[in-house]
Amino acid sequence: METTGEIYGINGPVLRVINCDDFHMSETVYAGPERLVGEVIGIKKGLSVVQVFEDTSGLAPGGEVRGTGKPFSVTLGPGILANIFDGIQRPLKMIERAVGPFIARGVHVSRLDQERLWETELLVKDGDPLLPGMAIAQTRETPVILHKAMVPPGLRGRAAQVKPSGRYTVADTLLTLIDDAGQAHELRLCQEWPIRVPRPVAAVKPVSRPLITGQRVIDTLFPIGKGGMAALPGGFGTGKTITQHQFAKWSDADIIIYIGCGERGNEMTQVLEDFSGLQDPRTGSLLMDRTALIANTSNMPVAAREASIYTGITIAEYYRDMGYHVAIMADSTSRWAEALRELSGRLEEMPAEEGFPAYLASRLASFYERAGEVETLDHSEGSVTIIGAVSPQGADFSEPVTQNTKRFVRCFWTLDRNLAYARHFPAIQWLTSYSEYLDNLAPWYRENVGEHFTDHRAEILKLLNQESELMEIVKLIGADVLPDPQKLILEIGRVIRLGFVQQNAYHPFDTYVPFDKQMKMMEVILRLYDRCRELVELGRPVSLLRSDGIFERVVAVKYNVPNDNIGLLDAYFQEIDAFYDRFAAAL
Amino acid sequence: MSVEYIGFSEINGAFVAMEGVSGHFFDEIAEISLPGGQKKLGKIVEIQGDKAIIQVFDGTEDFDLNSAVTKLTGHPMRIKLSEEILGRVFDGLGRPIDGLGEIYGDSVRNINGAAINPVARVYPRNLIQTGISTIDGCATLIRGQKLPIFSGNGLPHDQLAAQIVRQASLGAGSAENFAIVFAAMGVKYDVADFFRRSFEESGALSRVVMFLNLANDPVAERVITPRAALTAAEYLAFEKDMHILVLLTDMTAYAEALRELSSVKGEIPSRKGYPGYLYSELASLYERAGILRGAKGSVTQIPILTMPNDDITHPIPDLTAYITEGQIVLDRRLHQQNIYPPINILPSLSRLMKDGIGEGYTRADHPDLSNQLYSSYARVGEVRALAAVIGEDELSDLDKQYMRFGAAFESLYVNQSRLDDRPVAETLRLGWELLGLLPQKELDRVSAAYLEQYYQPRTRSDR
Repeated sequence: METTGEIYGINGPVLRVINCDDFHMSETVYAGPERLVGEVIGIKKGLSVVQVFEDTSGLAPGGEVRGTGKPFSVTLGPGILANIFDGIQRPLKMIERAVGPFIARGVHVSRLDQERLWETELLVKDGDPLLPGMAIAQTRETPVILHKAMVPPGLRGRAAQVKPSGRYTVADTLLTLIDDAGQAHELRLCQEWPIRVPRPVAAVKPVSRPLITGQRVIDTLFPIGKGGMAALPGGFGTGKTITQHQFAKWSDADIIIYIGCGERGNEMTQVLEDFSGLQDPRTGSLLMDRTALIANTSNMPVAAREASIYTGITIAEYYRDMGYHVAIMADSTSRWAEALRELSGRLEEMPAEEGFPAYLASRLASFYERAGEVETLDHSEGSVTIIGAVSPQGADFSEPVTQNTKRFVRCFWTLDRNLAYARHFPAIQWLTSYSEYLDNLAPWYRENVGEHFTDHRAEILKLLNQESELMEIVKLIGADVLPDPQKLILEIGRVIRLGFVQQNAYHPFDTYVPFDKQMKMMEVILRLYDRCRELVELGRPVSLLRSDGIFERVVAVKYNVPNDNIGLLDAYFQEIDAFYDRFAAAL
Repeated sequence: MSVEYIGFSEINGAFVAMEGVSGHFFDEIAEISLPGGQKKLGKIVEIQGDKAIIQVFDGTEDFDLNSAVTKLTGHPMRIKLSEEILGRVFDGLGRPIDGLGEIYGDSVRNINGAAINPVARVYPRNLIQTGISTIDGCATLIRGQKLPIFSGNGLPHDQLAAQIVRQASLGAGSAENFAIVFAAMGVKYDVADFFRRSFEESGALSRVVMFLNLANDPVAERVITPRAALTAAEYLAFEKDMHILVLLTDMTAYAEALRELSSVKGEIPSRKGYPGYLYSELASLYERAGILRGAKGSVTQIPILTMPNDDITHPIPDLTAYITEGQIVLDRRLHQQNIYPPINILPSLSRLMKDGIGEGYTRADHPDLSNQLYSSYARVGEVRALAAVIGEDELSDLDKQYMRFGAAFESLYVNQSRLDDRPVAETLRLGWELLGLLPQKELDRVSAAYLEQYYQPRTRSDR
């Protein structure tokens, strides 16, 4: 049913529309002669409020606002991966083809390529019962991802007029579903889903396995599970974006959705360039083949920035429903919160803290709650992991977005400005970061990496903490006066910081470290600590031990042992034992 | 369509309201004629049915409710452009003020511009050699980058910017295609004049376009100035294939103008009274830097901002740094020790540096060397803090070496004359020479091969 209204008031991206009593909340509308895309966000008798996802300059009062009767949705189907979209899922490459290098207003392009033929295999036959979430057909979307066309949630019935397997576009009807009421629904390779409604699942399950990111400080010290949620807060220049890029490149998720929400245009260009050239270490295929990018850069319209987060999570849920493990990197959720604030201000709502609307917390909660490990409607396993960067104003972690986010996530990786100044990357501060997933993951560690992982991890963290406490004393009185056991902790702390926690994103193999190598590196460092402690007990001064250069050699392990030859690490145990023998004997 | 309306229903600061208007649209430009023959420009910033609220750019002094005649022009704010703008001086709205007459443009552009499609961008990789060690060595400027200078009142940011402009070499073949767009927002007359003279002395004046909104010019005009300047820059870069360096000074005055206007409009403030859309507004300026695929020119931005009270966490520098690709931070302590340019490398950063240096760009050891300088200089800060508590004499020998390294770094590497145009190779050599003051085992950021090749320990007795 098509309804229309008339523009009355214009204030930035917010329109007030009259004569439109038939509009629904969240309905997609087209405003003005250029048919700018918008969404209904408030309805009063005789007056609706519409937010427009494009620049409203040039809109005139009296202009027509045309309703579509449908909630604001994304189109889900093959062609999403290896592609880059704006915040309302318009493919940027198509926009470029249509209007050139600058994004013009009122560009109408199809969200998915309507012409491309997909080699499709139909999985059901006439008369088969169809249940929500069931796969009806599949096609190879990219070399690594098999795309399943599913019965949309909420529909059930029997299959009729099933087409033979063959080449189809996303617009072709593959079969007709006859529901219990006898009504016919045409099913295609693609389906629509409203972005603000979570896609249903059969059950949400507790997180049970880690998302391996190849980053030691994450996987070993503050791990996140598949289906987990994490926040990555940090001031400017602390490496949020590079850390997010590292996750997107190396995480062992099946699919990555990268949302550039209100960030730099050049960064999105870089992701696009990098990912189109880099290989996934697990599959050997291009990283881009498992990635979809959503780029709503900081100078694109603010309402589309607000929508981009929901566009991304809806796409993620769709792939989860096919039984994939999906990870979302949202950079940055603060820009999304600021978009909420800006729109709230234009709506003249009563502000809460720092001008943010009072519903900031509930919006954040409902976003992060869309993460999880689930049993899909089709009874397979899938997960959505959310990693949201937070850009606190003035690097002040007490500001509302950081604080409210902290309430809803279970991993908190704080980026520290002083570490970044000293070029210690990733600048994740071990004293203030935490992960609540260790208990969930403990059984997995026991089964897959051995009994000692959690003990070793605790030991490493304890040493780092002791080192920090000692550094406080050193700042006051210098290191020389400390007793030898404490000097040793300073030395080992340094080895852990430089040789383990610090990781070089630009080094050919240090950029990604497999989990078993991480475990072994930990063991080498702890062996060194144990042996040195024995030597100190024998009365050998730390300055003497330092002169051997063993500490530097252990620090350099990360650059000297390639990922494909972890066996080389065994030699270090022998080297450490030889070092012990040398110094234990010498008196 | 040009209907004229007489009088206003309301005047409030830079805003006037008109009722009974028709055929108007959002962002439309209005020309207001006063009885004395004066003409002023404004734009529609809010519409409620037949009521339009107009923001007047050049002040509402001597307005009254009855006599002004307003004409709606039927177009958004735009400026006329042609290659003739090189060497010319305009006011904050893009109108010539050098007495050389109107521009007869071959292009008329909307000053709001449009967002560059990320897929149409080329990731910037070409280093601009500035001849300043701290920038070339530790926070390089890349063609197509936006790299602001964070400064404070009384610090020599203008001199530094002028030196960068004078010495910047955009690489081979770019000299003839090089131009500068200079936008002054709320700066003192002296500052604008300093830049004009400095361009003149370096012989670049004929390749400079100046947009001047001085401290005593209207505040509402100030929010237009950078847009007019960037529109001119985009035109020269993407239609005339030129490499454009845009200097925007002072972004603090720009943000304060936004705050002033926002408060008059009665908007809900966020941090420190700045409007909630400050980030979006700043982004709409800064993101207009870059390189387009297939275009020969580029837009590089050096915005200058003075941090209120030298506070880098103030919303203006804070939001700026979240958008720009790094920042160059000036430090009052260094300035007071008579070190020029007083760049503190620790908070300074160039996000595009990693892809524009190293093998094939500058020299293979450059990334390691720069990391090591950062890391060692960060350690100097810790040692100085310790020395302040226990006294320099009580420091360990290693810490004393760091103290010497810190002092030498500041006086030899950071410090250079205003006329000193140091080649990158010299900057790198100097960096290694300074690392020679530290023992080899402290140099954990450089690979063994580079240590072998470049590192020469210099103990106290050699010096």
